[in-house]
Formats: sequence, C-alpha cells, structure tokens
Amino acid sequence: MPSAGTRRVLPTVVGLSSIVLILAVVEILIRIGLINRFIVPLPSDVAKSFGRVIVEEDILHRFLLTGWECLAAGVLLTIFGVAIGVLLHQVPLMRRACETWVAAMASAPLVLAYPLFLVLFGRSALTIIMLAFVAGLAPVILKTIEGLSTTRRVLINVGRSFKLTPAQQFWKIYFPSALPTIFVGIRLGLIFALINVVGVEFLINFGGLGHLINELAERYDLAGTYAAICFVVLVSVVFFMATERAERWLTSAA
Amino acid sequence: MADIGRLTRARRATPWMSPVTLVRVVIALSVLVVWQVMAVSGWFYGDVVPSLRIVTMALVKLLSGSDFYWNLWATIQEVAIGLGIGGVLGIVAGLVVGANKFLAKAFEPYLYYLGPTPKIIFFPIMIMWFGTGYGSKIAMGAVSCFFPIALNVAAGMRQIDQVLIRVGQSFRANPWQMALKIYLPAMRHPIINGLRLGLGVALIGTLLAETKISNRGIGFMVIDAYTKFDMPRMYAILIVLFVLAIGANTLVARLGGLDDIKQK
Repeated sequence: MPSAGTRRVLPTVVGLSSIVLILAVVEILIRIGLINRFIVPLPSDVAKSFGRVIVEEDILHRFLLTGWECLAAGVLLTIFGVAIGVLLHQVPLMRRACETWVAAMASAPLVLAYPLFLVLFGRSALTIIMLAFVAGLAPVILKTIEGLSTTRRVLINVGRSFKLTPAQQFWKIYFPSALPTIFVGIRLGLIFALINVVGVEFLINFGGLGHLINELAERYDLAGTYAAICFVVLVSVVFFMATERAERWLTSAA
Repeated sequence: MADIGRLTRARRATPWMSPVTLVRVVIALSVLVVWQVMAVSGWFYGDVVPSLRIVTMALVKLLSGSDFYWNLWATIQEVAIGLGIGGVLGIVAGLVVGANKFLAKAFEPYLYYLGPTPKIIFFPIMIMWFGTGYGSKIAMGAVSCFFPIALNVAAGMRQIDQVLIRVGQSFRANPWQMALKIYLPAMRHPIINGLRLGLGVALIGTLLAETKISNRGIGFMVIDAYTKFDMPRMYAILIVLFVLAIGANTLVARLGGLDDIKQK
C-alpha cells in the first residue's frame, strides 16, 4: 500500500518519465536513421544548444524586449480596458448596445490585421504593442463589467445606508468588490498580449524572442530553433503560472 | 374602451427604433464619419486611410470576383481538416484524461500550461515536417485547436452525472460503448464549446501561417495586398474575414445550444 506522499508525487513522476521516455525514443529513432536528423534534431543536441542560444543570441536582451512590449501592452489594456468597462457599466444603455460587440471582437482574428498595423505604425515595437493591446482588450472590458455587475446587493445597500456619494459608492464599494474579477480579465488580457507579442515578433521578424525563432529557422539552425521554441514555451508557462498565483492570492485576499 | 386603451399603450411601448438600436446606429455612423474625416483630412499618407467610397468599391470588387472565393475555399479546407484532426485527437485525449484521475494528475498540467502558449512559433517545425504547402497550415490548425478541445472535453467528463455512468456500468457496457453511448452524448455542450474555441484558434493559426509562407488562402491575400500596398483591398479582406469569423463563432454556439445554457 503506497503512502499518501507517494500517491501524491506518483502522477507527476509518471508524467515527467513519459516525456523523458518519448525524448529517449526519438533520440534512438534518429540515431538508427528512422527519423531524418535534418528534419528533427537529436534531443541531446537541442539540450546542448540551449547554452549556445542563451549566450550567443543575447537571449536576456531579447527576453527583456519581449517583456517590455508585454508590459507596455498590459499597462495600456489595463487603463483602457478597465476604463471602458467602468463606462459601460455606469451607462446601462451603452452597455446593452456595446457588450455584444465587445464579445464579438473577442472572437475575431484581430491579429491578422498585423499588416495593417505595420502600415499604420511601421515595423517597430509600437506595432507589436498596439496589436497586443487590441487583442487583449476585450476580456478586460468584459470581466470589468462582470465584476462590477456582480457586486453583492448587501454591500451596495451598506453604501446607501451610509449615504455615500456616487463617487464614494464606486471607489469604496463597487471597485474593491470587482477587483478580483477585474484581475481575472487583466490576466487573460496579458496572456493574449504575450501570445500576440511573440507571434507578431515572429511574423514580422522584429523584436525579441519571436524574432529569435524566425532568425534561427531562416539560418536552418535546427537544434537552435527547437531550443529557442522550448525556451519561449518555458517563458509562457512560467508567465502563465505566475499570473495564476497572483490571481489566486488576490481572490483569497478579497 | 378598455381594450382600445390597452392597444394604445402597447403601441406606445414599441417605438420605431429601440434605444439600444438607436445607440448602435449612432455609434456606427460616428465611426464612419470619423473615418471619412480622417480619409479626407490628409493627416495620413495617401491610401493609409482610404475614403469610404473607395473601401466600398474594393469590397464590391472583392466579393464579385472569383479570386476571393477560391482563396476562401482553400482556407476553409485547411481549417476544416485541421479542426477535424485536432478535434478528434483533442476529444480522445480529453476523454482519456477526464476519465482517469491518475492520468489527469499526470498529464493534464501539460495540456493546461501548454494551452496558452503562442502556437505560431511552432510553424518553422511544421514547415520542416510537412512542407510549405497545405500540410503545414493544416498542422498549425490542428496544433492550435487540440489544446482547448482536450481541456474542455476533460473538464466536461468530470461534470457528467454519475447516475448516467452507473447506468452504463450496470448494463456492462464496454469502454467503447461507454464512450459512444454515455460520455459523448452527455458531453455535447463541452465538446461543442471546445470546438467553438478550437475553431477560433485553428482559424488564427491557419491564417497566420498563410501570411508567413503560402500562395493561397485568405491569409495570403492579406499579405499580398500589404506587399502591393493595396490598402482598400486589405481593408475589404479584413472586414469580410472578421464578419465571417464572428458569424462562424455565433453559428457554432447556436447550433450547439450554448446560448440556451447561458440564458438558463
């Protein structure tokens, strides 16, 4: 009978072992020639090229550039997204008229307008930031509206009984109550922003980490390309986990 | 008399245009007016913001030519095959992970955390594996839609009414029968929702791949208009594309009865 600790870590061990096993099988299949090594590099070569990519390709600088673009888009979509959400919540008629449009905007492939943004803002970081901002805006607006609308009736009544002014009612009751939901929206917006920043960097061959993948692929540096892709995936996963932690902390604190 | 009174009130209650529609019309007209002002102001380089007349003409030209429909058909085929492959793999993965707690703990974190990564960065690998033609675009669509579908199906599996599962077990249904007769019918909504989300991301994955390397499809048309600096045509393609994407999303949600769930 396995102990509780073993039962807890066993699935994680099985998951990790399966990945290692798959990589080992791929390594063997490439070495015996069943998989073409000019299409799929040896996993051991990919692991070795991590150090080279990090040192030679100035990955820290690229990482910071991508991070800065995400941060700028994040600040923009927080300011505008929350402001538009608050406005739509405060004016019910506008909300009824526009909420469906915002939801529709969320389902439109806005990133495909990147050639248009290239024309408007040039081949620069501004294009990437603006596109990430536009792509991440809808969830922030929708979640802000949702957060403000689901403020508990009892809290609103407490504010009324204290005869709070509309501004006080908003800052003391509505906004603090909606903050966790608003953060869920900002988190979604930031994830959309990161996806779009890296994607557009790759597509327009400009900027940080996405640009690096494109450059390595164009040089036909197979192991380097795979290593860079793994690095970007790792960065995305860490980013996703960090924002998830922050969201949990904020939700439990509220 | 009382009846007449009631009718009069009813007529008053339904004005010619509801306030919501009126606001929508005002917003739409304002956008068009601002656009036209920007077009004629000379603030932008020529053609960056073409006048409404020119965009309308480009839209008519686009929709009346066969070129657009040929490229649209190419994109539809790529997205449909990608969604088919990614959808089947996602449903199978979701069923397997959702049915077994141990497998869920072992593998679902990978699905969950890899789901929101930017999929377009895998495109160089797809080109190496499947070439620059249809194959790599279909693969991009499949990779993009696999994750949301698998996660939705896995989550849906855990929400199935246990009574239904016990009914299947009491009839001694084999795993295949359980999947076809119990799990899949009970999970219509999560699957449709997964497919709806999958359709959106498969569309984005395929179209972005087309803008990178392709000689067919709507993505190719957009980047072709950009390289030729044919801005009215680019606006026309983007407008039609956004309308089609939003329409497809709404249609899938409606066909799957997702609107009914929300209303409940």
